[in-house]
Amino acid sequence: MKITFMLNGTKKEIDTAADRRVVDVLREDLGLTGTKEGCGNGECGACTILVGDEPRLSCLMLAAQLEGTDITTVEGLSKDGAVHPLQQAFIRSGAVQCGFCTPGMLMTAFALLKKNPRPDRDAIREALSGNLCRCTGYQKIVDAVETAALSLSGKENP
Amino acid sequence: MRTVYLPADLNEFWEYRTRCPQALLYAGGTDLLVKMRAGKIAADNLICIERISELQQVTEEADSIRLGAGTSLARLLNHPLLAEHFPVLIKALRTLGSPLIRQMGTIGGNIANASPAGDTLPALYVLSAELELRTASSRRTIPIGEFIKCPGVTNLRPEEIITAVILKKQPDYNISHFEKVGLRKALACSIVSLAAVLELSPEGTIGKVRLAWGSVGPTIVTSPACVDLLTNKKITLELLKAAAGQIRRELSPIDDVRSGADYRREVAGNLLLRLADYIP
Repeated sequence: MKITFMLNGTKKEIDTAADRRVVDVLREDLGLTGTKEGCGNGECGACTILVGDEPRLSCLMLAAQLEGTDITTVEGLSKDGAVHPLQQAFIRSGAVQCGFCTPGMLMTAFALLKKNPRPDRDAIREALSGNLCRCTGYQKIVDAVETAALSLSGKENP
Repeated sequence: MRTVYLPADLNEFWEYRTRCPQALLYAGGTDLLVKMRAGKIAADNLICIERISELQQVTEEADSIRLGAGTSLARLLNHPLLAEHFPVLIKALRTLGSPLIRQMGTIGGNIANASPAGDTLPALYVLSAELELRTASSRRTIPIGEFIKCPGVTNLRPEEIITAVILKKQPDYNISHFEKVGLRKALACSIVSLAAVLELSPEGTIGKVRLAWGSVGPTIVTSPACVDLLTNKKITLELLKAAAGQIRRELSPIDDVRSGADYRREVAGNLLLRLADYIP
């Protein structure tokens, strides 16, 4: 089945089985391995991508559903070789250990800051409650999002 | 390799349904796709209803609110009409899954999946929700209590889909309570849950009360005996303890990976004691 959609700002046309999972299409067909599969059941958030402005689980999305959408993956966060301030904050705050949860955390946090540029720590925790981390204990991830929010607020587009 | 139909509107949906009556429906896929992956359900073809806006309307009538079955749980959680009229459902939605699951999952899906642990269900039971079921040419409504038979099984006829949930406004209920016990605060399947709506006078007399428990039976459990115990009485801890004893006598929950039957029975009663928070 031919499917056309926007991917990280570029128009993409693919031809694949309609019932393949989006996480597989991204990783295997398009070489974008930033999006991870942690559980395949929607219970860990490692596969989080943006569809439009909303974070969604790409392990529970089928290729047919890509038609006409505007997809952002973690690879789409950096521009012209420079990491996004959110990514910078994660690095500076020590919010990355093994890194497996990090793409999903970034995409969810990115979507949060677009909706709510100045979230408090409770709001950050609530927004990230669908993204699991086995390494960090979450504190530094919350620190990172809080820091990024401060540095991004006042700018036009996060 | 399956066909995945993606109808843009209800007309297209019925066309695909007629063409492929065996195709299974999904909106967010947070239950169906998980079950398919586990090999519990086989589907040759799928119809994804996520783009049908006619199924995603939330509208207010004079005495009721109508929720399109395809409305995402996230939209409902943030909807002002629900906050105003049905806070018990909002409280239930807050505990369901995660923000990502709520983004994709729908209220129709939570009902059709008919899990005894479905988090919207106890709230919908105490709200006496009615479901609108449609085929291409017919329409009927059914109270939610008559719709779900046992885990995963409903009274949906083969050609039917759930199109809406209809909630009657019930301003007499001034107390709305929901509590879910799970192994985590998010992404946790409920071990026991309780939804309660009460008409409570300023002096603490319970007028009307409706109670519904989740995850302690094959479907949502209600208890006419508990309701009788509480109706037209002054709310006290002793009264709630009596009701707690009553529900414990009535229940036979199961042991499963999440919890033992004894714990479920004990906690189902304990959840009633939380209503003591509302003693004036």
